[in-house]
Amino acid sequence: MTETVGEILYNQEISAQIFELKIKVPDIASGARPGQFVSLYPEDKSRLLPRPISICDANDKTLRLVYRVAGLGTREFSGKKEGDSIRIVGPLGNGFPEAADHAGQKVVLFGGGIGIPPMRFAGEAYAAAGAQVTAVLGYRDRETFLSEEFTRFGEVMIATEDGSVGTKGNVLDAFRETQGEADLICACGPLPMLRALQQFSREKGIPCFLSLEEKMACALGACLGCVVKTVKEDAHSHVKNARVCKDGPVFSAEDIEF
Amino acid sequence: MMNTEVTFCGVTMKNPVTTASGTFGSGMEYTEFCDLNALGAVTTKGVAHVPWPGNDAPRVAETPSGMLNAIGLQNPGIDVFLERDLPFLQQFDTKIIVNVCGHTEEEYLAVVERLADTTADLLEINISCPNVKAGGISFGTDPKEVERITSAIKKKAAQPVVMKLSPNVTSIAEIARAAESGGADGISLINTITGMKIDVEKRKFALANRTGGLSGPAIHPVAVRMVYEAAQAVGIPILGMGGVLTARDAIELILAGATMVAVGTANFHHPEVTMNIIAGIRSYMEHHGIRDVKELIGAVS
Repeated sequence: MTETVGEILYNQEISAQIFELKIKVPDIASGARPGQFVSLYPEDKSRLLPRPISICDANDKTLRLVYRVAGLGTREFSGKKEGDSIRIVGPLGNGFPEAADHAGQKVVLFGGGIGIPPMRFAGEAYAAAGAQVTAVLGYRDRETFLSEEFTRFGEVMIATEDGSVGTKGNVLDAFRETQGEADLICACGPLPMLRALQQFSREKGIPCFLSLEEKMACALGACLGCVVKTVKEDAHSHVKNARVCKDGPVFSAEDIEF
Repeated sequence: MMNTEVTFCGVTMKNPVTTASGTFGSGMEYTEFCDLNALGAVTTKGVAHVPWPGNDAPRVAETPSGMLNAIGLQNPGIDVFLERDLPFLQQFDTKIIVNVCGHTEEEYLAVVERLADTTADLLEINISCPNVKAGGISFGTDPKEVERITSAIKKKAAQPVVMKLSPNVTSIAEIARAAESGGADGISLINTITGMKIDVEKRKFALANRTGGLSGPAIHPVAVRMVYEAAQAVGIPILGMGGVLTARDAIELILAGATMVAVGTANFHHPEVTMNIIAGIRSYMEHHGIRDVKELIGAVS
């Protein structure tokens, strides 16, 4: 975990209000795992808190993030140009289950909306480890950003709310159109999608790991601002409230109540 | 030779900088960013006699130059604190200020008694959390209650007692005097200012708790004013806090009358910030020819 300043290599809108950002930041990029995130800090000193952004891709030198402009902080980021700098802390959080442990297995990755980018990093890792990867991606409409990249890792299914591409409906509707089999499910997306997958995986008895989102202040595990209710006592406070930033953001679906 | 040492409630610190309770855990999460040995003291997250689950999420919301929080003092309780957090902090060459919380006098006393034979250097008693109500009223807003609970804690405490005061009062001077009358060795202020944020798009409260405590640079001028008023009202030393982001902010509180300064919300903005503030205080002293930081305490005209 490092606090540093990264150099912006690229920052372009790839879909309405969705931006792709590449940052040269070797200290952080080289150690990043799929499912982890970074904190980006606005320059505007009236906005103090970090913006936690999931990692879409990383190599030895560069982080690639895909983020949505959701407020004034991310709007500031969207104005960054090549050569600009950005203050960054990371990599943060735990990440998805170790890919090497799932070689040869059928791994199904679910991504919904701005929950899709971290699944790209996961897809690459599971495919490289020899898993049979299926990506089920949910979008609002025909702007299916990143979907083509997933074809490199395995089968891709798309669901859109308006039915313009793939299955009309949600990711689970799309997945149910197949045999619906998996040895491992990993997912990131809106809360209703994650709840549906929690129930689905429970019914099917499939191990399922969900990446959660919550408002954060420190994003380091100190302030206890971002918590999710857990079935068992959490390791930090022993009160069944785990820290999304530190104990997560990825949790086994059977461990959380939401 | 420059001297940054201060003595606060009989405890000598290598410099006047500590962390504000609840913003730094028990230091563990910040060791990758800060050298805890460099801090005058670490002030821990509030600890209660049993684990507290805290409030529902969302618990935090950003506001202009600040933030609201309604964590609700989630903490693992004194048993885990003594097994895990205190031994962790003992590894470092820094003083340990343990923040104590409770709903009732008995609950505070239970924690204070457990801390008696430990290496905690100071106790900071949180009678001012805006997010936890004891019988519908915070202890910290009624001078009679402040004096009574201070005196009860002083009878049991083995360490010096610092009462952490609420800014959500008409007269901070009156509350500060009540703590002094109760026998407090020092006071710390300000805790957060009660606030509220509404998401106008969703027409919903930003925090599950509806109200929360406002912190950050937005409240710094209020902190400076209240530290000054408290310093004028009492003879016991003050741990000042509220919106400290830079060394200059810290010096402002010292000039207003604080002996020590705590850094809180700024830790979220910049995990290494305490190190910069300590270095910045030295630079300021050098620049202004100040040999001893104690010369700055209350030195405003």
